[in-house]
Amino acid sequence: MNRKEVFEKMNDIFKEVFDDDSLIISDTTTSADIAGWDSLQNINLMISIENVFNVRIGMKEVLAFKNVGEMIDFIHQNLK
Amino acid sequence: MLKELEYPFDPALIIRKARSFKRILESSGNAASYKQKKIAVLGGFTTDNVIRFLELFLLNQQIKPVFFESGYNQYIQESLFPSEELLNFKPDVIYICTSFRNIKIFPSVKDDKNKIDLLLENEFNKYVELWVNLKDKFSCPIIQNNFDPPPYRLLGNKDSSDIHGRLYFINKLNDKISEYAQTHDNLFICDLNYIASDFGLSKWNDLRVWYLYKYPCAIDAIPYISFNISNIIKSIYGKNKKGLVLDLDNTLWGGVIGDDGLNGIQIGPEDAEGQAYLEFQNFLKSYQELGILLAINSKNNHDNAIVGLDKSSGVLKSRDFLAIKANWNNKDQNFIEIAKDLNLLPESLVFIDDNPVERQIINSSLPEVCAPDIGDVANYIKSIDRNGYFEATVISSDDLIRNQMYQENAQRAQYQSNFKNYKEFLISLDMHAQIIPFESIYYERIAQLSNKSNQFNLTTKRYSVEDIKSIALDDQSITLLGKLVDKFGDNGVVSIIIGQVLHNDCHIRLWIMSCRVLKRDMEYAMSDMLVEVCKKNNIKYIYGYYYPTEKNSIVKDLYKDLGYELHSKDDQGNTIWRLDLSSYKNLNSTIDIEA
Repeated sequence: MNRKEVFEKMNDIFKEVFDDDSLIISDTTTSADIAGWDSLQNINLMISIENVFNVRIGMKEVLAFKNVGEMIDFIHQNLK
Repeated sequence: MLKELEYPFDPALIIRKARSFKRILESSGNAASYKQKKIAVLGGFTTDNVIRFLELFLLNQQIKPVFFESGYNQYIQESLFPSEELLNFKPDVIYICTSFRNIKIFPSVKDDKNKIDLLLENEFNKYVELWVNLKDKFSCPIIQNNFDPPPYRLLGNKDSSDIHGRLYFINKLNDKISEYAQTHDNLFICDLNYIASDFGLSKWNDLRVWYLYKYPCAIDAIPYISFNISNIIKSIYGKNKKGLVLDLDNTLWGGVIGDDGLNGIQIGPEDAEGQAYLEFQNFLKSYQELGILLAINSKNNHDNAIVGLDKSSGVLKSRDFLAIKANWNNKDQNFIEIAKDLNLLPESLVFIDDNPVERQIINSSLPEVCAPDIGDVANYIKSIDRNGYFEATVISSDDLIRNQMYQENAQRAQYQSNFKNYKEFLISLDMHAQIIPFESIYYERIAQLSNKSNQFNLTTKRYSVEDIKSIALDDQSITLLGKLVDKFGDNGVVSIIIGQVLHNDCHIRLWIMSCRVLKRDMEYAMSDMLVEVCKKNNIKYIYGYYYPTEKNSIVKDLYKDLGYELHSKDDQGNTIWRLDLSSYKNLNSTIDIEA
C-alpha cells in the first residue's frame, strides 16, 4: 500500500468514527478541527486504526502524534 | 433491529460505527414506543465506552436508556453519599462498574491465614456497604461486576490455589459476592470473570489503555461487557425470548431423515457427528427444564419427523415439543402459526435452522424475529448461549413447570373441541380460582408478570419487585392476584390488579392477565372480586384506564364489556372508563371462587 492508499483508507475510518460522510482529512488536521474528537473518542479512533491496518500503535506514539499526517506516516512505515 | 449487534458481533465494527448505529436505531419506525429506563452507571474506571455501547445494545432491545454517569472512579462516593444529581435522577437500575483494578490491597506473601481472611472480609464489606446504602436510598435493581483475573500470576499456577495468591483472593471474593447475591434478589452479578475468560485474558489485558485512559481491558472487549449488561437489564424488564423454533434435518440430527432413513441419520454416542448432535439435544433439553418452550418447524412428512424424534437415540422426543409443524409449507407461515398456537408474539420465539435460505425467508417476512447464523453443529450451542436470549434473572417456580402448563393447555384445547356450547365447556373445566391480595411469596412472580405481559395489559406499567412490595404494604392500594386451577392442571398466578384509592374512588393502575387463560371468564371473576373489595372499602366509583399499544388491542373494549361507561377519550386513543359500583352485576358464572 502506498501513502495515498493509506490516506484514503484513513479518511474512511474518520468518516465512520465521526459518522460524517462529507468529512475530508488532510495531513495538517488536528483534533481541534473535528467536532467530537475529544480525548475519549481519540482512543476509539486509535483502536479503529489499529484494527483496520493491523498495525500496533504504542503508548509513546499515541501521545506523540501531532496531526493526521504523522498518523498516516507511522502507519505507512509500519505496514507489514 | 440491527443484525450487527447480535452475537457473534464484530467489536471493531461496533467501535468504528457506534455513532451511525445510534443514529439508525434512534430513527427506527417504532423508536417512540420504546420504554425508557434510567440507568445510573457508578464507575470504578472510565465508563464512557461502556455506556456508549450499552446504549446501542439496549436500543436494539427496544429500550431507550437515559444515563447518569458518575464522576471518574466515584462509585464509592456516589453509593455512600449520593449527589443531588443522582438523587434527582431516580434511577430504574444502578450499575456498579468496577474491575480488579479497584482492589487496592492484596495479601502479601508474608501474611498468615488470619490476616488474609481479614483482608478478604474488609474488601467484601466495602461492597456490602455500597449495596446496603444504595438499596436504602433507591430500592431499585443493582448490577455489580465481579472481578476479572489479574494480568499476571506472581505465583504462577499456585496463584489460584495458594492463600497468598491474588487469583485465589479474587476467586474467594467472587464467591462471597455470589453468596450474598443468592440471598438478596435485588442484586444482579455481571460475571466479568467469565466475560474476560471468554474474550481471552491475553487479549483482555491491554495495559496501554489502562495507563492512557483508565480502561481495565482492551477496547475490543468493552462491547462484550456492555452486551452482557444489556442482557441482564432486558431480562429484568421481561424481554427475554420465550422459546426456540427448531428445524430437524442437520439441526437436531445429522443428515436428512426423508432420504437417509432412521438408520442413516447421525444422532447418538457412536460417532463424532452423532455425539455433537446429541450434545446439542441435551443442551436444548436443559433449556426446556428452565421453562423455555421448544417447537419444530421442518420440511418433512409429519410421520418421518416423528420417527426421527421418537425412534432414534436422541434425547428429545416428540412430546418435548409444544408444536410440531412438519410439512411442505413455507417456514414463515409455519412460524406464524406456531406463535399463534402458543399464544405468543412471533418475536418471542427464536428461529434455529442450519439453512441460510430458510433464515433469509424468516428475516424477510418477520424482520423482528431473531434467526441467528448458527454455523456448523460444533457451533450451535455457542450461537444460542452467547446471544443471551434467555438470560436468567428471576427463576420462578412457574418457569420450572411452564412446559407442563403448556402441555395441559394443549389438552384443554383438544378437550374444547368436544363441546358444542362454549359455556358448557367452561363449566366442565371445573375451574377454581383463588383471588387474594398480594402476598410476599408472590412478589417475584407478580413483578415478572408485570414486565412480560403485553397483550392483556391495560396500562403497560412495569414494576420491579421493590415496587410490588411497597404497593402491597401501602394501605391506599387495593391489590388482587388471581390463581386458576382446572381439571387439567394448575395455571398458577394468571392475573394481577393494582388499584389506587384516591378520595373514595379506586383507580385501576394495572390489570394484566396471562394469555393462556383468555376467554375463560377469569377476567369476569377478577372484576367481580374487585367490585366486592371496593364495596367493602366504601368506594363509590372505579376508574379504568386503557392506553393503547401495538400489542394490547384485545383489551380495547374490556371495560365496556364489564359494564363501565366511557368517561373520556383523547386523540391518541387513551380512554378512561368509570363504573358506578351500585349498578354492577356479577359476571362470572363458571369459576368457583375459594373464600
